[in-house]
This record gives sequence, structure tokens and C-alpha cells, in this order.
Amino acid sequence: MEMYLYIALFAPFVGSLFAALFGASPKTLWSGVVTSALLFASFVSSVTLFVYLLQGGEPIHTELMTWMATGNLYIPFGFVVDQVSATMMFVVTTVSTVVHVYAIGYMDHDKAFNRFFAWLSAFVFSMMILVMSDNFAGMFIGWEGVGLCSWALIGFWYHKESATWAANEAFIMNRIADLGMLIGIFLLYWHTGSLQYDVVFAAVPNLDTSIVTLMGIFLFVGAMGKSAQFPLHTWLADAMEGPTPVSALIHAATMVTAGVYLVVRANPLYSLIPEVGYFIAGLGAFVAMFAATMALVNRDIKRIIAYSTLSQLGYMFVAAGLGAYWVALFHLMAHAFFKALLFLGAGNVMHAMSDELDPFKMGGLYKVMKWTAILMILASVALAGIWPLAGFFSKDKILEVAFSSEHYIIWAVLWITAGLTAFYSFRLIMLTFFSGEERYKEHGFHPHEAYKFMLWAMAPLAVLAVIAGWFEQQFVHFVTELLPTFEFHTHHVEMMLIAVTSLMAIGGIVVAVLLYRNGLLNPKLQQTAVYKLLFNQYYIPKFYDEFFSKPYAELSKIFWKQVDLKVVDATVDFIATTIYKTGEGTHTMQNGNLSSMLRWMVIGTVGLLVLAVLYVKRYDILALMQMVFPGLGA
Amino acid sequence: MMEIGLTHYLVLSTVLFAIGLVGVMRRKNLLMLFMASEILLNAVNVAFAAIGHYYGDLTGQMFAFFVIAIAASEVAVGLGLLIIWYKRTDTIDLDTMTSMRG
Repeated sequence: MEMYLYIALFAPFVGSLFAALFGASPKTLWSGVVTSALLFASFVSSVTLFVYLLQGGEPIHTELMTWMATGNLYIPFGFVVDQVSATMMFVVTTVSTVVHVYAIGYMDHDKAFNRFFAWLSAFVFSMMILVMSDNFAGMFIGWEGVGLCSWALIGFWYHKESATWAANEAFIMNRIADLGMLIGIFLLYWHTGSLQYDVVFAAVPNLDTSIVTLMGIFLFVGAMGKSAQFPLHTWLADAMEGPTPVSALIHAATMVTAGVYLVVRANPLYSLIPEVGYFIAGLGAFVAMFAATMALVNRDIKRIIAYSTLSQLGYMFVAAGLGAYWVALFHLMAHAFFKALLFLGAGNVMHAMSDELDPFKMGGLYKVMKWTAILMILASVALAGIWPLAGFFSKDKILEVAFSSEHYIIWAVLWITAGLTAFYSFRLIMLTFFSGEERYKEHGFHPHEAYKFMLWAMAPLAVLAVIAGWFEQQFVHFVTELLPTFEFHTHHVEMMLIAVTSLMAIGGIVVAVLLYRNGLLNPKLQQTAVYKLLFNQYYIPKFYDEFFSKPYAELSKIFWKQVDLKVVDATVDFIATTIYKTGEGTHTMQNGNLSSMLRWMVIGTVGLLVLAVLYVKRYDILALMQMVFPGLGA
Repeated sequence: MMEIGLTHYLVLSTVLFAIGLVGVMRRKNLLMLFMASEILLNAVNVAFAAIGHYYGDLTGQMFAFFVIAIAASEVAVGLGLLIIWYKRTDTIDLDTMTSMRG
């Protein structure tokens, strides 16, 4: 079984290196095919491991080699495949295999085709390290690795100013959060003496609650950055500058869920500090609604889906915060499938519309892109949480968790958000594919359906988006071998809750369909204050710009002009010019005349002799000086 | 009459060395330069031999012999070069030897 573990881990790495060999050369189809094939191998291995665990196998724990061993510090490159990491591996490899195959078609005309696959596979490798590591240090390597690959892929079209800006924004935001996480890891090591999961979680219950609370908070700061929770959320929407397969893989299905994974993985720690858990849940609920409202009015199909991702991450944090870790993991899995599908569908639309993203310029695309439309509708229905698709089972469970733990406000917020989710999903669908008029004709677009194999590549996700929820019972049984179970106290109202939530979702869909069936809404609505507030994302990016970026830039300028130029540069320049001038002044010595050179040699000899004598006589001179000036001391 | 001791030899050596040093610095004739450097070496030889005798140790005298041998070979090579130089340029003035100017 260890062999499968290593194949699952290293196949993407090999693929990445292979594609990187040809990174600078023009498109070679091979690089895409080989990386996809290797990822498929990784996928098969992950499924094998998943099935092995499902059949009651023991979790696999291996140590590749020692990484650091000094004194009491021992950190190996160790990997663990238990119920949680196997689930994550399954999700990651499934989505990334699909995305790789899809990207062969999507990046077809791109000059940097090979480079794209090198980075994409490198991302999968980092993600696998993140989920498979058996210690926090290894997880942190993966954590930084996915951050780096995300940076490279958001800024993939680096000739675009906006893309490089978004890449740097994402990287810097994550760096801020990673500092928090690093402090959390240091605290763990300081108080438990190890970074191995099993050792740490065995030691945590014996620690002081205040220490554990600090650990939980700092680790969660890291999770907030990666999972783009408020107030570090702005990078996720801007990250949509990257190619769409990247958005599907990194910014919907895998990397952004790393924060949820962290909380789920650290569940023995978070179980001890329910107050922090409530905070996480509260923040999650807030972000769920906050992001959903921004998605309501956005005019960029990818950004709408990005906000939806943000909102769903909020749902997951609610579940994780309230101690229903398996529910969070369940929603993570279901969400990965339908959200990746939604993004890939959006990619098809973008391709058809020559990279146009404004749904106001689309409409009526159903006629030309029937299959894409069907897949996207399927994904949207799953996202909205309509029976019997995946989203219904997972999202309903989260609402039930909130209700069952008697956090009725959180429940109400999530309930309303469920309606908003359904509304904005179908607003997107209606504006893009239906809504009467075919507005794209006015703008001179000639849409066309994507390649057949791209649609086929999306099919597995579509199937999973439909059926993933049906295996809830098996899933619960599977992961609760590792994760704590969650006691529901809602059996008496269960049917009612489901009915209320489903009604809300259906209501959202119906409102969206009715409102947009004849095209755009009255443009006067865009003048209202609420619309402007939502459209400008609550003015938060502007706020950050005014209160963080600009003052920081000013401060940097001051430091550059006053400190760097006047102190650091001046010192270095002084040393250089001194040496230069010395050379300038003394080079006349070397006039080539032997007799004057001999004279210099004699002077040098005499000088050295004097120095030697002085050195020997040093103590005598000191003694002499002491005699002359008795006050000087020794 | 005064006993001739180590100090006298060392003074002689110093005086010889100073003469040699002045020669090295002032002389423009290459042949004279050679002689000046011989004086320098022999000044050191005197000091070596005197100090060796003073301590009753043969090492100093031995070293003086080495210096004499090396000085002899150096003069042989140096004079050979000097003759070739004279044949080529008709002068052995030090100031004309400026081909090393950078």
C-alpha cells in the first residue's frame, strides 16, 4: 500500500518536472498528455487507497526520510493516509485530473502551454503534501507550495498588469495569514515538543486552556488567509485573473479548502476550545452572507462564482466551528465537484465569447452551447441545494448542525444565504444562457461550443455532483472512525428544516428565473445606494487601498529616500569611492620605471621593519606611556 | 686595544646594508645595481656569520654559504641577461627599461 501512497504523491511531481523541461519551448501536446496521464496514475492510486480504507484497512503511516533531527527536534518527511487525508486525496486528484484534461483543450492556443502544465502539476504535488503530511511542518511546506503555485498561475498571463497585480495581492495576503499560522506552529512546538499530529493532539488536552486558545486562534489566522475569510477575502475574487482551469482547481476545489482541512485536521485541538469554534462559526456565517450579497450584482461570471466559493467556504467553517467536522469535510467534497464543474463551464463560455466575462453581453447562449448550459445548470442546481443533488445533502446538514446546536441566528443567516445562493446562481444561468434576447450579437461575438473532449472531461464531475450526496451514510461511517461524531438533536424537526431550506432555495431559483426571463432588469436599479454598495464590494478593496496600500507606499517611499538612499547607499558608496580614489591617487607609483619602483620597494621594506619593531616593542611603549601619563590606566 | 665583539660586526653589517640600499635607490647603471645588491647580500652574510659565531651555532654560517651560492647563480643569470640587453639596446641605463609600464 505504501507504493500507492508514493505514486499518488510523486506522480504529479514527475509530471511537473517533465513539463518544466519544455517550459520555455513552444507548445508540445505531449507535456499536457503526459502530465494528465501521470495525474491519472495519481488518481488511481488515491482511489485504491480510499477503497482500501473503506474496506476497513488500517491507516497507513510512512516515513520517507528524516528531515530535521537536532536535539529534541525531530521532523521527518512523514506521510499519513487516514480517513481524512484519503478523502482529500480523492477530491484533489479527481478534480485535478479532470482539470488537466480540460486544460489541454482550454489552453490550446496559448503560447505558454507547457509552462502552464508544469505549474499546474506542481500545484497538485504541493496540495498532496499538504493533505498527506503527518506533521505540521510538512503541511506548512505544502501550504507555502500551493501559495507559490497559486501566485504563478494567477499571474500566468504576466504581460497583463491586472494579472500580476492580482497574483501579488493573493501572495501578500496569504503571507500575512501565514505569519499567524507560523506563530501557531511555533506555539505548538513550544508547548508540546513535537509537530507530529499524533503527539501534538495527545499532548494538547493537558495544556492550559489559554495556551490552547492562542494556538487555535493563530492556526485559524492561517486558515483565514488560505480560505479567503473576512477580512482577508479580497484576493480570491481578484485571483480570477488566472486561466479558468486554475480557478476551477485552485480557487474553488482544492487550495481554498485547505483552511477547512486545517481546522478539521486539528479537531482535537479545536474541540477543547469551543469559544474559538463559535467565533469561527460566526465568521463563517457572516462571510457566507457577505459574499453571497456581493455575488448578487456582480457583472463578471467568474467573479460571481468566486464569491459563491467564498460563501460556501463560510458554510464549511460554520460546520467545522460548531464541531461537526465530518459535515465540513462532506460539504468540502461535494462543493469541490460542483464548483469545479461550474468554473469549467464558465471557461467554456469564456472561450466561446472570446474571453468576455460580462453576462450582460451574453444571453441566449443555450442555442449554441447546449451541453455546457446543461452541465452548468446541473452544477448550479447542486450548488443551490436541490434534492437529490450533492449540495442538498451537504448544505442541509450544515443548516441542521446550526439548528441543532441552538445557534438560531447562524441558522437564519445561512438559511437566507441559501436563498441568495440559488438566486445568484440562476441569475448567472439566466443572463448567460437564456433571458430572451441574444445580446451577444450586438457586441459582435460568434460563440461556439467547446471541444467534445472538454465536455467529456467535465462529465465525471457532473456525475459526482449528482451522486456525491447519496453516499452520506457511508461517508459518515467512514470518516467518523477518525473524526468525532456530531449528535443531532433535530430528529423531530428534521423534515421541516429540509422543507424550509428547500423552499428557500427553490424560491431563489424561481425569483431569478422570473426576474431575468425577459432580459436585463431596469438599469435604474443600478443607481440605488444598495446596488452601488454591493457592486463596489462594500468599498472594502477601496478601503484597503486607501488605508493600507497607499500609506504603506508612502512609508516605503520615505524609507527609500531617507534611509536607503541616505544611509545604506551612502555608506556603501563611501567605501567604494574611497577605495577607488586610493587607487586613482596611487597608480602613479606604477610608472614602469625600475628605479623608482625599487625606491618604493625600499620604502615598503623600511615601513614593514618599523612596524615589526613597533609590534615587538608594543608592551615597552605601553609601559613608557604609562610612565609618562600615569593617569591612563592599564 | 678594544676587543672586537658581536656589536662591531653588526654595526659593520648595518653600514654595509645602508650603503647597498642607497646604491639600489640611487644608481641608474644596471651593473652598479648588481653590485649594490651584492653588497646587500654580503651585509646579511656578515651578520649571519657573526651571530652564528656568537651563539656557537653553525646554522648561521651555513646559511651564509647558501646565500653566497644563490648570489653567485643569480649573478650568473643576471649578467647573462644584462649582456643580451646591452647587445640589443646599446645601453644598460635603468631609466630606459620601461617596457613593463602598464
